[in-house]
Amino acid sequence: MTKINGYTARDRAWHPPALTPLYKTSVARSPRFAPLGFATSLSEETGPVFGHDILGPRDNDLIHNFTGESAIGPRIIVQGRVIDEVGRPMPHTLVEVWQANAGGRYRHKKEGYLAPLDPNFGGCGRCITDENGFYEFRTVKPGPYPWPNGADDWRPAHIHFSVFGHSFAQRLISQLYFEGDPMIWQCPIVGTIPTREGIESLVAKLDRQNSVPMDALCYQFDIVLRGRRQTMFENRMEGL
Amino acid sequence: MKRFNESPSQTAGPYVHIGCTPNFSGIHGIYPEDLGTSLFKGEPKGKRITITGAVIDGAGNTLKDAMVEIWQADAEGRFAGRGGDPAFTGWGRSPGDMTTGEFTFETVKPGRVAWPDGRLQAPHVTFWIVARGINLGLHTRMYFADEEAANVEDPILSRVEHRQRIKTLLAQPAEGGYRFDIRLQGEDETIFFDI
Ligand SMILES: [Fe+2]
Repeated sequence: MTKINGYTARDRAWHPPALTPLYKTSVARSPRFAPLGFATSLSEETGPVFGHDILGPRDNDLIHNFTGESAIGPRIIVQGRVIDEVGRPMPHTLVEVWQANAGGRYRHKKEGYLAPLDPNFGGCGRCITDENGFYEFRTVKPGPYPWPNGADDWRPAHIHFSVFGHSFAQRLISQLYFEGDPMIWQCPIVGTIPTREGIESLVAKLDRQNSVPMDALCYQFDIVLRGRRQTMFENRMEGL
Repeated sequence: MKRFNESPSQTAGPYVHIGCTPNFSGIHGIYPEDLGTSLFKGEPKGKRITITGAVIDGAGNTLKDAMVEIWQADAEGRFAGRGGDPAFTGWGRSPGDMTTGEFTFETVKPGRVAWPDGRLQAPHVTFWIVARGINLGLHTRMYFADEEAANVEDPILSRVEHRQRIKTLLAQPAEGGYRFDIRLQGEDETIFFDI
């Protein structure tokens, strides 16, 4: 028999540690005590559910969703599946994304980079996975940008994403990078991930099959959320 | 059993508000409203409370670029989607106040929820905190300082080895509701959970 028994523990050696001095902001914002571990309970095994009724028709089209006119930059499609650690699709889960414009500039009052705003680019979008865990959005490829950390640090082109899964235990925010970008391997934030294999799992792959001729290149990117624990137990025979 | 590794976390960065609360950050016209602004879909049962607090770094500064989410049971200890009060979503999201950085949630006092072994947990609100400089979203819980009897028998609180740190999980009654500050490090560092 198989019994569903909470979520598998998060592999903390796979995720970035809290304190990563080369990413300077982490120094004053990282807890010093070890987190208190316990098995998930109903409070973590449940979470908010969002219906398709929250979505507008252009929510997953960042090229047009700010003004209706096209944003400037290389047009891309990002698609993939949200699955869990045992490979099951995660249907009906909300995926939110945000990013800089094609020049590497965010639409934010605290943003000081000299690259200009694009009047037709807001910088956020969202979608809900279908019954097979599939998601897709259109956007322009974001530009790399310099940021205050070391004297000359740059972020590789990236798209931030937030995923809910089916429970608060699965809640995750991370970033998508692009295949072939040499800046990935020079970034102190990317470098907080302990392994090369972990970093590579955040790199979207160019997919010419699903690109749209004379319109947009496609990138494939799967998102993996924590899985449910399945414990095998034997039915005890009488008399044993 | 595990065939895939969870996608590794990365910091939410300085502009998480663009993606999660765009109207708050001045980006209007894409979404009609920011998700999680209200936990109410009508008139939920139970006692209305306001939770106010700040996320504070190791130097004592209140973060202004954090996003705080809460998830909790309704007044009778049931979760939305599992027989909970239809007028209560249980989920809230706050980008913090524009000038002070403080978060505020208008909610109801949660009821008690069963622990897997059947014992009752003390009333609590689950918190999740992300921000620039936080590499993996931080889970913690807010309990109520004025629920002493329930807190004593809570399966998690009773397991905390550093007893003097339990106070970091207790919201204190304050004018208009409860005060719950989250300290990322330093004296009175909040207990965070590996769940
Ligand atoms: Fe960014």
